[in-house]
Amino acid sequence: MNRVLRVNPIACDAHGVCADLLPEMVTLDPWGYPVIAPGPVPAELDEHARRAVASCPTLALRLEQQRPAGRTS
Amino acid sequence: MTAVRSAGTPGHQLPPGQLPRLVAPGAPLGLPAHAARYGPLPVQPAGPADQAQLIAAVERAGLTGRGGAAFPMARKMRAVTAAAARSGRGRRRGAAVVVANGAESEPASGKDAILLRQSPHLVLDGIALAAAAVGAATAYLCVDGADPARAGLLVAAVAERQQAGLPGPAARVVELAGGYVASEESALVNFLNGGRAVPVYVPPRPFERGVGGQPTLVSNVETLAHLALIARYGPDWFATVGTRAAPGSALVTVGGAVSRPGVYEIGLGLPAGELIELAGGAAEPLQAILAGGYFGGWLPLPGAAAVPVSPPGLRSAGASFGAGVMVAVPAACCGLAETARVLRYLAGQSAGQCGPCTFGLPAIADALAHIAWQGRDERAAEWLSSLLPLVDKRGACHLPDGAVALVASALRVFAADLRQHLTRGPCPAAARPPVLPIPRAPGPPPAGGRPRTAGGQP
Repeated sequence: MNRVLRVNPIACDAHGVCADLLPEMVTLDPWGYPVIAPGPVPAELDEHARRAVASCPTLALRLEQQRPAGRTS
Repeated sequence: MTAVRSAGTPGHQLPPGQLPRLVAPGAPLGLPAHAARYGPLPVQPAGPADQAQLIAAVERAGLTGRGGAAFPMARKMRAVTAAAARSGRGRRRGAAVVVANGAESEPASGKDAILLRQSPHLVLDGIALAAAAVGAATAYLCVDGADPARAGLLVAAVAERQQAGLPGPAARVVELAGGYVASEESALVNFLNGGRAVPVYVPPRPFERGVGGQPTLVSNVETLAHLALIARYGPDWFATVGTRAAPGSALVTVGGAVSRPGVYEIGLGLPAGELIELAGGAAEPLQAILAGGYFGGWLPLPGAAAVPVSPPGLRSAGASFGAGVMVAVPAACCGLAETARVLRYLAGQSAGQCGPCTFGLPAIADALAHIAWQGRDERAAEWLSSLLPLVDKRGACHLPDGAVALVASALRVFAADLRQHLTRGPCPAAARPPVLPIPRAPGPPPAGGRPRTAGGQP
């Protein structure tokens, strides 16, 4: 089951907890906002990813089913 | 009973292959003149088969959205219809909502204003047809609130149709406060739901859950006007202008250093150079065209004169069609300075919701302004280029992506100017007055308040 990490950029307040808990997949930009590595979360990082999601103070980080890209606007 | 006829009424059909279609020259068309030019509105109470028939005609026509994203209209209509059916209310009429977007927040665009003024009933026909096709009992027509007369004229046009007994929901005309991101699809829906006209994080997307939580078709007013013609005359007629890859016609706003700037209706795929000629030719020697507006890209002249003006044509040339904006920039001005002013404007238009946009766009605007007006700094371009991927696609809306695409195209097309700025300092042209229009308008709209409805039924 492929799951991807997504940040809600409106909810994110640059606390940076995700980068502490999941440095393999999350780095911070110069302003402290997370940059997520592309692609699905590897199985061995799944536990860490879930902890990062649960620890986000603004609930901005989510694990989602990989969905086909495409916007309707 | 056939709800939507694909064939036109004899004697009324506009000649195939001929332009203009959408905006007739002369006085604005009231309802009688509109009916005389285009024939009757081919819509009656519809069942599911009739809905599918119009959507199939739109698909065969190859109609894409004229508001900027060029998304296939039929796919959007099907998505709304399917979402309404999924919600379990699909069999009931009125499960969906139609939002016609005529807010036109692109500063260099004027086509939606012209269309709404000259052919209001073509847009309102399109709203009625779209509502029948997706099963909507509610429709909104969003317009720029800056022109106080516009909404009033449209409210009168809606009333005229109600009196004439034309089918379809009475569109509620809503005035939108300015701001570049206010007419983004999710921002419009948020505004109609009583929030600020700023983008929201999707999903759910408006086609799934939009106005009042209902599946919502958000479509540009020009797209709806084309829909009204496809429903009357059919997809084959639609494709008698344009190209196979980009069928039909489109309104384009030609600005800058041309002899007759204004709104023109073209067959898609017209070479950029011929569009300049259509607008009276170059008023002075040109160096480039900004195609697609402030989310678009630069086309160098004369090299790009053969580029087809269409969504696929401009995309392959590293620009975009956007909402049909083409601004010709003279050789005697500085493309880097033009782009830097636009970036400053776009940075000011950020709703301030997403960090990378809030902090990144001003940083990009600063870096570009430094190159444009100070220069003599070999590392400035490197710094600017390093900022672009930090902003690209990292917002809830396309503002950061559009701004980054514009800067990237400026660095490519004005590479020779860039070298000169970096090594010898700004060119004298950087001090010239701007060609690209920069609105004085403040940023995104303030919080609070239900949308101001200019009329229509509650």
